[in-house]
Amino acid sequence: MQPPFTVSLEARDIACERGGRVLFQGLDFALQPGEALLVSGPNGAGKTSLLRQLAGLLPLEAGHLSAPGAEAGMAVAELCHYVGHLNAVKSAFTVRENLAFWAEFAGDGNVDAALAAFGLGPLAEISAGLLSAGQRRKLGLSRLFAAPRPIWLLDEPSVSLDTASVKRLDAAIRDHLKAGGIAIVSTHVPLKTRFTKQLTLGLERAA
Amino acid sequence: MSAALALLVRDVKLAWREGGAIGVALGFYLVVVAITPFGLGPDLNLLARVAPGMLWVALLLAALLSADRIFHNDYEDGTLDVLTTGPLPLPVLAAVKSLAHWITTGVPLALLAPVLGLLLNLPLDAMPMLVLAMLAGTPAVSFIAAIGASLTLGLRRSGLLLALLVLPLYVPVLIFGVSTVSAAMVGPGSPWPPLLMLCALSLASIVLAPLAAAAALRTALR
Repeated sequence: MQPPFTVSLEARDIACERGGRVLFQGLDFALQPGEALLVSGPNGAGKTSLLRQLAGLLPLEAGHLSAPGAEAGMAVAELCHYVGHLNAVKSAFTVRENLAFWAEFAGDGNVDAALAAFGLGPLAEISAGLLSAGQRRKLGLSRLFAAPRPIWLLDEPSVSLDTASVKRLDAAIRDHLKAGGIAIVSTHVPLKTRFTKQLTLGLERAA
Repeated sequence: MSAALALLVRDVKLAWREGGAIGVALGFYLVVVAITPFGLGPDLNLLARVAPGMLWVALLLAALLSADRIFHNDYEDGTLDVLTTGPLPLPVLAAVKSLAHWITTGVPLALLAPVLGLLLNLPLDAMPMLVLAMLAGTPAVSFIAAIGASLTLGLRRSGLLLALLVLPLYVPVLIFGVSTVSAAMVGPGSPWPPLLMLCALSLASIVLAPLAAAAALRTALR
């Protein structure tokens, strides 16, 4: 068992602009260890853009991100696991090889724990190219367990998952929060996780 | 360090597993050189004279065939997003992926070159210098190709645009590559000065190209 995470996340006055259109601005939130944030809003409100900003894939138009409690010199993006719409699964590799790469890439990972997390153990030696959409999604999510990182950024994590797997996902997020992790989830499907904070995007333009 | 090594091993394995990359480049190189004598006629002296240039031009084209794979596949399936949140800075990421391209394309092409040299009546005593020049020059080829690959990321049919962008940048490599081999064949000078220039070109590309590629990647990921 790894020691509990102690990193918190603070966003100050961040803004996002895509193609000349301001998606949101003046966004503030702070998450302590063990807290979860639910990002909601209509299509195109900027949920994915916000998560990509947190992961360092999109530049911040304005504002500041910080992670108090992290080692000095660690970028916020390096504390994050980002699971987006694409699963980052290599069809030419087996399920185990896919996870083994991520475990090794992130350093000191645990492949067997990752395989067990979503019950992919029996499929470990199968080529990932043969997996169904739901199984690929599970493989994408299993990456969360290939190496421990305090902040999870999940963009529509339950897409194409069956009911049992959504339950597993719920349990996984709960365990992660219990260990002091932070989860930021954008979803349209109600999850059982108790989100301590909520953020609804796309309201300021409607108002 | 272990992350860079893991990425390098993965890229080489993928290139091998997915097939296509190595085989197509080698096959293309073989075919282009093999049809040259049909175009130029059976004059052995003429063939030997054009051999260095022909081998180099064909090598550049063959290397470009697989250049868009440096980033494209990882971009398509979302792997690039995840890689950039990893422990490696973007320029290092670009450098490792360029290195993988060199191992899977540059080195096999350079090693195939002497066999193709036989088809063009390249003198046997110029062969070692040919391989040496190509091994010294192909890192520049792969690292510069990475700039083109990152600039054309996300475009459809990016291969042709990539060739247009990158081929002019290969002119110095071509000039010093050909003069190394020519000098080894007929003189008059020693082949070492142009060979050292090739090494310098490769070293400069290894340092500078990943920075340019990383800047282009950052825009592509937006």
